[in-house]
Amino acid sequence: MTGPRRTIVLAFVPSALGREAARVARDQAALTGARVVVVNTTRADRLVDLRWADEQQVAEVVALLRRGGVAHEVRHAADDRLAAEVVLDVAAEVGAALIVIGVRRRSPVGKLVLGSTAQRILLDARCPVLAVPATPPDDALPR
Amino acid sequence: MDNLAALLDGFATVAQPQYLLYALFGVFVGTAVGVLPGIGPAMTIALLLPLTYSLDATAAIIVFAGIYYGGMYGGSTTSILLNTPGESASIVTALEGHKMARLGRGAAALATAAIGSFVAGTIATVALTFVAPVVARWAVQLGEPDYFALMVVAFVTVGALLGSSVSRGLAALALGLFLGLVGTDTLTGQQRFTFGVPSFADGVDVVVVAVGLFAVGEALHVGSRLRHGPVHLVPVERGWRSWMRREDWRRSWKPWLRGTAIGFPVGTIPAGGADVATFLSYATEKKLAGPHRAEFGKGAIEGVAGPESANNAAASGVLVPLLTLGLPTTATAAIIIVAFQSYGIQPGPLLFESQSSLVWALVASLYVGNLMLVVLNLPLVGMWVKVLQIPRHYLYAGILLFGALGSFALNFAPVDVLVLLGVGLLGFVMRRYGYPVAPLVVGMILGPMAEDRLRRSLAISQGDLTTLVASPFAATAYGVMALLLVAGLWLKRRERAAGAVTSGHSSDDTSGHSSDDASGHASDDVSGPASGSEQDAGHDPGSGTRPSHAATSEETNR
Repeated sequence: MTGPRRTIVLAFVPSALGREAARVARDQAALTGARVVVVNTTRADRLVDLRWADEQQVAEVVALLRRGGVAHEVRHAADDRLAAEVVLDVAAEVGAALIVIGVRRRSPVGKLVLGSTAQRILLDARCPVLAVPATPPDDALPR
Repeated sequence: MDNLAALLDGFATVAQPQYLLYALFGVFVGTAVGVLPGIGPAMTIALLLPLTYSLDATAAIIVFAGIYYGGMYGGSTTSILLNTPGESASIVTALEGHKMARLGRGAAALATAAIGSFVAGTIATVALTFVAPVVARWAVQLGEPDYFALMVVAFVTVGALLGSSVSRGLAALALGLFLGLVGTDTLTGQQRFTFGVPSFADGVDVVVVAVGLFAVGEALHVGSRLRHGPVHLVPVERGWRSWMRREDWRRSWKPWLRGTAIGFPVGTIPAGGADVATFLSYATEKKLAGPHRAEFGKGAIEGVAGPESANNAAASGVLVPLLTLGLPTTATAAIIIVAFQSYGIQPGPLLFESQSSLVWALVASLYVGNLMLVVLNLPLVGMWVKVLQIPRHYLYAGILLFGALGSFALNFAPVDVLVLLGVGLLGFVMRRYGYPVAPLVVGMILGPMAEDRLRRSLAISQGDLTTLVASPFAATAYGVMALLLVAGLWLKRRERAAGAVTSGHSSDDTSGHSSDDASGHASDDVSGPASGSEQDAGHDPGSGTRPSHAATSEETNR
C-alpha cells in the first residue's frame, strides 16, 4: 500500500438495489484497500423522498462497510443540486478512482418522462463507473 | 316509506354509468387531496367549482360529495404512514396510527381505518337518510328570528371555540362578515364598500376568496419554507396483504360502532364537525380500553379505529344541518353550499321537496362512494404514497394555475385575479400568524344570509328587538350557546393549565403557534386541533404527544 489511498464513491439509495450496490462497493474496496465515500442526498422539495435514507438506513450501510473492514465516510445532507451533480462533485472533490451506482431497468415511457441519475453519472463521470444491476428476481420482467 | 322509494330512485340515478364515473372521479381526487397535507377538500371543491359549471347539477354534486368523503379516507393514510395529518380530522389518528406503523403494523392500522370509515360512513348515511327528512319537516316551522338565532350560534361556535384562540377566531369571523357585506344591499340597493369599483357591485365572489385563502395562501406558505428541513419517510409498507388479524377485528368492531355513535351527533350540531368528534372518540376509547389501556400512546388499534369512524360519521352528520337548514358548520360544508347556490339551489328545509331527486341522488352517491373508497384505499396505498412524492413546486404551480384560471373564468374579469392574489396574501398572513381560516369562509357565506334573516324579522316586528328572543326556540338556542361558550372556554383553560404542567409548554405563545401551524397544513375544515373538546386527554400522555406531533408536522415544511 504505497501512494495515496484509492477512494470509491458509492451513490447510495435505501432499497434492495442500493444495498446490492453497497455490497459490491465494499467488495471492491476490500480488494483494493480503498476507502468508501457513501453519498446520499435529497433536494428536500417533496414531502416524501424514497431515495433519501434515514439515520437507521445509513447506519446499516456503515455497519456493512465496517464488517468488511473498509474505511468509510458518509455524505448525507439535503442539497439544492440534482443527485447526479452531488455524486459527481463529491467524486471530483475526493479524486475518486471509481463510482459505484445501482442501475435498474426502465420502461420506454419512464425513459421519456423521467431523468435518470444513473445515466447522468455514467455519461459525465471523469472516472470509471461500476454499474450494479438489480438481482435477477427483483427486476427480470418478462419481455 | 316514501323516503325509501325516493332513495331507491336516487340509487337508480347514481347507478347510471356516467354518474358512477363522476363518483369515481370524485373519490379519487378526494383521496389524493386528503393524502396531501395542506390541501383539503374545501380547497379542491373551490378550485373545481368554476370548471364544473358545464356539468349538470347532479353530476357536480356527486363529484363534490366524493371529494368530501374521499378527503376523510385519504387523511388517515398520511397520518398513519407519515405522522403528518393529511387534514385536521386525522390529527388524532396519527397518535396511535403512526406508532402502529412503526411497530410494523401499518397495514393493520390502514385496514382498520379504512374498514372503520366504511362501516361508520355507511351507518351514518343510513342515519342521515332517516334523520334529515324529519329535521327538514321540523325546520319548516322555524321563523326568521329562529334562523337568525341558529346562525348566530354557528358563528359563535365556529369562530370562538374551534381555533386555538378566541380572539383570533372572532377576528377571522369578523373579516369574513365584512367581505360578505361588500356589494349591493339587497333591500335598499345601496352600494356598500365597493369603493366605486363596478366589479364589486355584485360582491366579492366566494369562490375567489376560498381559492385565494386555501390555494394561494397555502402555496405562498409552502413557498416561504420550500427547501427547509428534513424529509419525512414512509416507514414500512411491506406485508400489505397481512391486513388485520382475528384479534384486530375483535378489538376494532366496538370502537367502530362507538365512533359512529359519537361522530354522527357531534357532526349534526354546529360544533365544528369532524375533528371535535375524533378527539371525543379517542378519549372514550382510552377510557374504555380496559386491559389494553397501557397500549395507548404505543400503538393501540382502538385509538385508530374509533377516531377514524368518528370522523367519517361526523362528515355525514355535517350534511344534516347543511341540507335541511342551509347551515354550514365547516369550511368544506360552506363551499358545498356555494356549489349548490351556483346552480341556483338554496339548501334549506324546502330542499327535500323542491330538489328531491338531486338530494336523494346525493345521499345514494354517499353509499356508493363509501364502497368505492374502501375498495380503492386498501389496495392502492402504494399509489397514494406516490402522490406524496410529487415535488412541491410542480404541485403548487398546478394549483396556482388552476386557481387563477378558475377565478378568471367566473366573470372573465381580470380584477377577480387581482382580488385572488390579494386574498391569497391575506391567507398567507393569517396562516403565518395563526389565524384560523375556516371562520372567515363560514362568516362570509353565512353573513349575508344572517343579515337577510335579521332585517326581515325586524321588518316584520317593525323594529322591535325583543322579537329576536321571543320565540321559545330562539331563546333556547341563545341559552345553549351561552352554555357552550362558557363550557368550552372553561375546558380550554383547564386543558391549557394541564398542558402547561405535563408537557412543559409553559410558554403559551410557542405552543399556540405550533399547533396553529400544524392545523394550517392540515388546512381543512377547522383550524386548531379543537382543544376545547379534549377534556379527558387533557392530563395524560395523550396531550403530551399532541404538541410534539404538531412540531413534526411543522418540520416537514420548514
